[in-house]
Amino acid sequence: MSTLEIKDLHVSIDTEQGKKPILKGVSLSINSGETHAIMGPNGSGKSTLASTIAGHPRYVVDSGSITLDGEDVLAMSVDKRARAGLFLAMQYPVEIPGVTVTNFLRTAKTAIDGEAPKLRTWTKDVKDAMAQLRIEPEFAARNVNEGFSGGEKKRHEILQLELFKPKFAILDETDSGLDVDALKVVSEGVMRANEDGTMGTLLITHYTRILRYIKPDFVHVFVDGNIAEQGGPELADRLEAEGYDRFLPAAAQA
Amino acid sequence: MTNAELTKETSAASNIRRIAGMDEEGEQLSEINPVSSPLGGAAAKSHSHGAGAGIPDSSRAGRLTSYQVADFPAITGREEDWRFTPLKRLRGLDRLALDGAAPTVEVLKPDAVTIETVGREDARIGSAGIPDDRVSAAAWGAFAEATVITVPANFDGRSEEQVTTVTLTGAGHAPAASHVFVHAKANSDAVVVLDHRGSAVVSENVEILVADGARLTVVSIQDWADGTTHASSQQMKIGRDAKLKHVVVNLGGDLVRINPSARFAGTGGDVEMYGLYFADAGQHFEQRIFVDHSVPNCKSRVTYKGALQGKDAHSVWVGDVLIRKEAEGTDTYEMNRNLILTQGARADSVPNLEIETGLIEGAGHASATGRFDDEQLFYLQARGIPEDVARRLVVRGFLNEIIQQIKVPALEERLRDAVEHELKAGSL
Repeated sequence: MSTLEIKDLHVSIDTEQGKKPILKGVSLSINSGETHAIMGPNGSGKSTLASTIAGHPRYVVDSGSITLDGEDVLAMSVDKRARAGLFLAMQYPVEIPGVTVTNFLRTAKTAIDGEAPKLRTWTKDVKDAMAQLRIEPEFAARNVNEGFSGGEKKRHEILQLELFKPKFAILDETDSGLDVDALKVVSEGVMRANEDGTMGTLLITHYTRILRYIKPDFVHVFVDGNIAEQGGPELADRLEAEGYDRFLPAAAQA
Repeated sequence: MTNAELTKETSAASNIRRIAGMDEEGEQLSEINPVSSPLGGAAAKSHSHGAGAGIPDSSRAGRLTSYQVADFPAITGREEDWRFTPLKRLRGLDRLALDGAAPTVEVLKPDAVTIETVGREDARIGSAGIPDDRVSAAAWGAFAEATVITVPANFDGRSEEQVTTVTLTGAGHAPAASHVFVHAKANSDAVVVLDHRGSAVVSENVEILVADGARLTVVSIQDWADGTTHASSQQMKIGRDAKLKHVVVNLGGDLVRINPSARFAGTGGDVEMYGLYFADAGQHFEQRIFVDHSVPNCKSRVTYKGALQGKDAHSVWVGDVLIRKEAEGTDTYEMNRNLILTQGARADSVPNLEIETGLIEGAGHASATGRFDDEQLFYLQARGIPEDVARRLVVRGFLNEIIQQIKVPALEERLRDAVEHELKAGSL
């Protein structure tokens, strides 16, 4: 049983206009096997939380802490965090020219496990996972994300999730830009990754539709860099019916 | 750009010249650049002494060609051909007598391939090339003897044991001239490697004659010691239905300037030109490619990729492709990609495409110079891959596209090792 714990996290970014605070005291605790949905309007800081956990250099942690089973995550390099068991499915995965999917997956798996995967089982695992995510076999020979469509990039992210088997998965708007069929395929992939019920999931989304496939245990509503309300799955239903209007300041309501 | 100076002339300097009055069918063609021009098909066969009647710098077809160094004016650095080259580091190749000792020649070859050392008067000399710059002409005027490699007709040398390797070892820093002639006779199939090593200040002319129906791969490796200056004009003449694969690999030396140019002597010719360069701090690697389509139904592909690291690492790639009006049915594409790994390195990339007929299969070019970017690094690190491994992964992958074209396993292995060595030296 593992715990990812975020305490009173304050995060800012440097802009041309100076320092801009984005997260303003976020506290959140996720245990193995739990699925937490973080919902909220655009610009509320949801993706910043995801990128900060993964260690993106753009985000500056001003105060607060992130720990994984008591270990200081903020003190770890980006790659060390991944090896510790954190996985971020990115909202905008970048192209890596010259590096094939096959080579990339094997290199990453070797880095995460600390040893090269057994060639025979690995090849089969990759092939099977690709088939289940409806990724064409020829993608294995293509360069990472190069020329992939939006949906293909998202499926490639979930492919990694399934193969790398992290302790905690953070899905940053994995559902955005997917049609209904792709959404279903991707959601099934996430559920397969948590087949044995030991993966903690932080599901960041603007819309409720992915929650029809992946049932959250907890729902947190993000507004202006903090959690404005939290509850069980019923909160998602209420958001579906009412939207985010009641969380926004009166002046912003149309 | 704050970190690395990138020069992208892709859009600014890529010249797609269409002749005024030419419609899409290429019917009303102008009389510019006829076959009789200095670089026309015939010129490559017969010696053409004296200055060519050209239109310097406005079209590649107008470039002066001559076997006489005196026909070329002194280089000022303002010429299109020389504007990127640090002239001081030519160490006199453009103005001194090239009477130093030429690189020594060692050959490893299958029995059927012959090697001769011949004098200047040998009839083959000049049958595939004619200098088109002063440094090349200076070497032409100065070389004492030439090395001629002949692949016999119908030779089948596709297996690795059949590779011919010519090792040219520099004999010191006295300015020297060198001449190599590679002749693949009709319907032969062979691989010839020119392996440049040691220390030198040398201007070299390489003539490559590919007879009708022959298939030839020539790999020119520049793995010089530090402080070497090497200018090499590599002129290829490709016969009817012949196929030439030409690979340039620049790894070592202070200033290396390779000018590969391809001409066709019959229809159905096919040339693939590949290049790989890895420039470190202070190194200047320049490659100026010319493909002269003057014959119908020939094909050319140019693919050059380079990585740069360290202060004042500088690469120059200029790709001139000329499709003359006679060259109907031409199919050509050229591409250059650069990866800048650290601050202070600079890549210049200038593709030029001149098209004088609309009756072609296809013509295109692409150029891109990019920095190894933080988002790529973040993505790979977020998958557990340490930073140094991530950087190597990207560079190795980037250059491997060229290495895997060579198809000589031992040579591919050596080049992969060389890339690893460069990466380690750059502490990437």
